[in-house]
Amino acid sequence: MRRVVITGMGIICSAGRNREEFLESLRLGRSGITRIEGSDICDLRFQTGGEVKDFVATDHMSPKAADMIDRFAQFAVVAAREAVTHSGIELTDELRDTSAIITGSCVGGQATENQGFYDVYKMGKTRVHPMTIPKTMANAGASAISLEYGITGPSFTIATACSSSAHALGLAFMTIRSGMCDFAISGGSEAPFSYGLLKAWEAMRVVSPTVCRPFSRDRNGMTLGEGSAMLTLEALDHALARGAKPIAEIVGFGMSADAHHITQPSAEGAAKALRIAMKDAGIGPEQVGYVNAHGTGTTANDATETKALHLAFGAHAEKLAISSTKAMHGHTLGAAGAIESTAAILALTNDFAPPTINFNERDPECDLDYVPNRSRAVSFEYSLSNSFAFGGLNAVLAFRRI
Amino acid sequence: MPDEMNPVDSTVTALAGDDLTKRVLRIIAETQRKDQSQVTIDSSFEELGIDSMDGVNIVFALENEFNVNVPDEEVKNIRNVRDMVEGVRKLVDHGNTAPAAS
Repeated sequence: MRRVVITGMGIICSAGRNREEFLESLRLGRSGITRIEGSDICDLRFQTGGEVKDFVATDHMSPKAADMIDRFAQFAVVAAREAVTHSGIELTDELRDTSAIITGSCVGGQATENQGFYDVYKMGKTRVHPMTIPKTMANAGASAISLEYGITGPSFTIATACSSSAHALGLAFMTIRSGMCDFAISGGSEAPFSYGLLKAWEAMRVVSPTVCRPFSRDRNGMTLGEGSAMLTLEALDHALARGAKPIAEIVGFGMSADAHHITQPSAEGAAKALRIAMKDAGIGPEQVGYVNAHGTGTTANDATETKALHLAFGAHAEKLAISSTKAMHGHTLGAAGAIESTAAILALTNDFAPPTINFNERDPECDLDYVPNRSRAVSFEYSLSNSFAFGGLNAVLAFRRI
Repeated sequence: MPDEMNPVDSTVTALAGDDLTKRVLRIIAETQRKDQSQVTIDSSFEELGIDSMDGVNIVFALENEFNVNVPDEEVKNIRNVRDMVEGVRKLVDHGNTAPAAS
């Protein structure tokens, strides 16, 4: 099996409009969570979210191109461009013919769909915009990237709720490792700030009415976020042959299903994905230094995830630096796995552990080291990124310093 | 606290309370697809196999039935049918009605 490395990273989210800004936010513990502006929120029980402020699609693409895709796919294109540029790759005819594009999205272009339904149900219009279907489809991000670069290899989108882009990255990893292709663009994107969807989240009673405080005893829910992260994955030999400098290596991918409950998490299911990821990487628990937690800030997730970390890491769990960066960028659903993998890789390559901000007090059920409030200078060989979705579908990625 | 204990409340409230209890029990049975005989004022959620998501679903149905808004914090503290009945009664008595749907 071939070794797989990351050669480029691109990101746009509330905590940073590009790689440098995002890294700075992670170091400083700078939050991108503000009052929601992208949707009417007057009757919502929550008022804050992680929005990409002042995003003007036409700063990044022609007005015609921007009209053809929803905000979530616009984010995908912007992140993919940054990653491809970062990788320094020259997309030859042969590479375009074989490269893969594997993205994750949970809700797709639902703001577009929402608008169409609003027009017919509420406004009494008799027709919706003809682009509603192609702008709504969850694979629109992958398709837009394919069009952008003329890539015609295996391209698809995975929808596993909050694990979508972790599964996408894992599949891209497996695709290259198996020898199917040499180069892939993979990650996720999401833009969930529209009224109908926010009402649906409100109804679940899992969104914090105040502040997202992962692992803190006084936590009272998650905060939503939007954005995208895309990585370029490449066979190590291919990257070295073209003189590229790999950023980090993807060494393991673990997947599992809880078979427990449609919304309640399971420690056993999450622990299984963690164990498989470490086994796939050929490493023991004591080799892992940092875990970017799923850490949504809900009562159930954070306690269950802590239990899972105990189960999978044993005594070493207490030595791990663990943080949830969701308190800074929000829960970006289908983009979460990719944004948080980017955080886990930046932590690895810049010798620090990002903080869990907004942390107030220890919870007996969350008894590990969550790097509260301030980032910490620390070096480690391996980092993990956890994604545990509604529906009980789990994905864990393992990264190694190179 | 049961309203019957409150001297300010008239028998009208007590009668309405009985009706309210029946309606809450009916909503719980309907949303959980259970026979109404299985759901009593003394049932715990554990006995009825009601988990946190079921609880949220029941509260949604109760909000619609009684036109009230139940705060998130209240939902987290409800553990049994009696809590649910008393919680709804409190909201109905205090006129915590939701704005009419437009």
